[in-house]
Amino acid sequence: MSQIIAYTGNQIIVKAAIDAGCTFYAGYPISPSSEIAAGMAVELPKIGGVFIQMEDEIASMAAIVGASLTGRKCLTATSGPGFSLKQENIGFACMTEIPCVIVNVMRSGPSTGIPTFPGQGDLMQARWGTHGDHPIIVLVPAFHREMYDETIRAFNLSEKYRQPVILLSDEVLSQMSSRIELPDAETIIRIDREQPTEDPKQYKPYDHSKGLVPPLASFFTGYRFHVTGLTHDETGFPTENTDVAERLLSRLQRKITENLDDILKWDELMVEDAETLVVSVGSVARSAQQAVLEARERYGLKVGLFRPVTLWPFPEQALLHAAAGKQRILVVEMNEGQLALEVERVLHKSVETLLKSNGVLITPAEIKGRLLAETSLKAPVRGFAG
Amino acid sequence: MSKLAEVNYNEYLRMHRFPTTWCAGCGDGAIMKSLVRAIDEVKLDRDKTAIISGIGCSGRFSGYMDFNTLHVTHGRALAFATGMKMAYPEGKIIVVSGDGDSLAIGGNHFIHACRRNIDICLIIINNYTYGLTGGQVSPSTPLASSTPTTPYGSIEPVFDTCKLAIAAGASFVSRSVVASPLHMDKMIKAALSHKGFALVEVMSNCHVNWGRKNEFAAAAELIKHLKDRSTFSAKEAEAEGKHLLGILHQDKEKKEYSETYCEMIEKVQARVHSKGGA
Repeated sequence: MSQIIAYTGNQIIVKAAIDAGCTFYAGYPISPSSEIAAGMAVELPKIGGVFIQMEDEIASMAAIVGASLTGRKCLTATSGPGFSLKQENIGFACMTEIPCVIVNVMRSGPSTGIPTFPGQGDLMQARWGTHGDHPIIVLVPAFHREMYDETIRAFNLSEKYRQPVILLSDEVLSQMSSRIELPDAETIIRIDREQPTEDPKQYKPYDHSKGLVPPLASFFTGYRFHVTGLTHDETGFPTENTDVAERLLSRLQRKITENLDDILKWDELMVEDAETLVVSVGSVARSAQQAVLEARERYGLKVGLFRPVTLWPFPEQALLHAAAGKQRILVVEMNEGQLALEVERVLHKSVETLLKSNGVLITPAEIKGRLLAETSLKAPVRGFAG
Repeated sequence: MSKLAEVNYNEYLRMHRFPTTWCAGCGDGAIMKSLVRAIDEVKLDRDKTAIISGIGCSGRFSGYMDFNTLHVTHGRALAFATGMKMAYPEGKIIVVSGDGDSLAIGGNHFIHACRRNIDICLIIINNYTYGLTGGQVSPSTPLASSTPTTPYGSIEPVFDTCKLAIAAGASFVSRSVVASPLHMDKMIKAALSHKGFALVEVMSNCHVNWGRKNEFAAAAELIKHLKDRSTFSAKEAEAEGKHLLGILHQDKEKKEYSETYCEMIEKVQARVHSKGGA
């Protein structure tokens, strides 16, 4: 029997992380994510797992990478300011291909902003926050049951692709409660990183000869190997050979871009016959969904909703398909137009935006009001340089 | 006169990675050999030992040593090490760092690793400078030193690494000097044998990037200078501002962090089971 329980979003992340097989958490207190740390501090010792509150955000990111190398599934959670601090070590995990999951409960920014109010200002930071070109997977659920599923998927993708995965929540999703139905424990799919089978002496932690994702041995199991953030060859040792560097960086990108079918996820609501397409993610997409339903039901407006669930890599083809022939594209988000930038890049045209970054959730009424406005062309339209 | 312990270095080192990137005469090589001798003597299982380093010349230790090795971001080695030790408490963790890596950018992790008294052996190679980046001033550069970022002489007050570690709660704190390999061996061996956070600060020479600009351009001269600036007498160290050598603090009774955590897990699990579930 599946259970129906009332949870806050942060509690759901805790529940899902444990169900996904997470046994290690390191974190630092920050609103509005702190309940995730508190929940993990309660739950992990019960299953023999480890919780540690580190001395700062940087250390907690470092600790989960160190712990992951022993074979554990590891989690940290934070919000905007802490997410900024974690970036260097997120890049380290990308470069060294060490699985881990980072939750960012987005709050109103920039800087300290309004810590207990929601925002979506980290969509681009989640993609480009750490220096250098790097692959990343970012998931952005909008509903609580989806949050549970996407947290589990975050761990699975992380293990499967030897890749840090970022789960974006926001203050609204994380703090609100709802009753959700959880799947039976035995139906949950848990993916573990592939282990090497060869003799430890032959093991190469970045051997690309058998596939884009080399098996990752755990420390202390007899496979003595080297892990470095320096550009490295297949054996893991540093190199300044630019051909090797190119091969490595290309493989890091390709392990994501050649597995889009597996990684991408999006949701469409009444898109087929729509003349107007709303694009939105996270808690704002809940308002957008309500607005679309009401605009259809009460006013007969032909509106649909396109909602990326995998934000990065971006579901480009799906958006192109959904947006084909639509007269009007409206991007709704709690920032100054970050998602809109990506939508414009994909569609190669300017789109209409409904933006708000003052820490107040965009309401269904606001979106409906915009949908009912006579023409989109008179609404503020962003310039498109592309 | 005692002799250095005999050991087959090749067995512990990744010889295919040699020669090292270190300058001729650098103390790092002597310290790495000392670490190998100490590891050999205390008979660490290489499969169960990890060596973690950060950024700087000391950062290269991990690549040269045939263990489970991790070369991380600047200053963060102790934070990665803390995660690893907590995830695998049976493992032996050795961190090799420099004065810039540990005392400046990594200062926060240093004091908190000391405070937790987590079972990690930390070797700080204090060569007075950021050698790899060209010899800039560090928290341990002697006052009035000429460096690229203190061209008119350093006015930066200096950290006493060992006093800092003791105050922060480390249960084993020692200092040695690269001029005395036997003493280095003794200190590192004692640190590896200690349960809890164990620090060995080794005063070492960067004649190339600190010495050259401060009248010690030759390795031998700088090593002699370091020896002259070191003492086993606390009085002399205090009076003349010298580096005090030896085991400066050891508390064998202090609770070790990962063990304490494991005890807590056992208690929590016992309680959960006695209640018949979570």
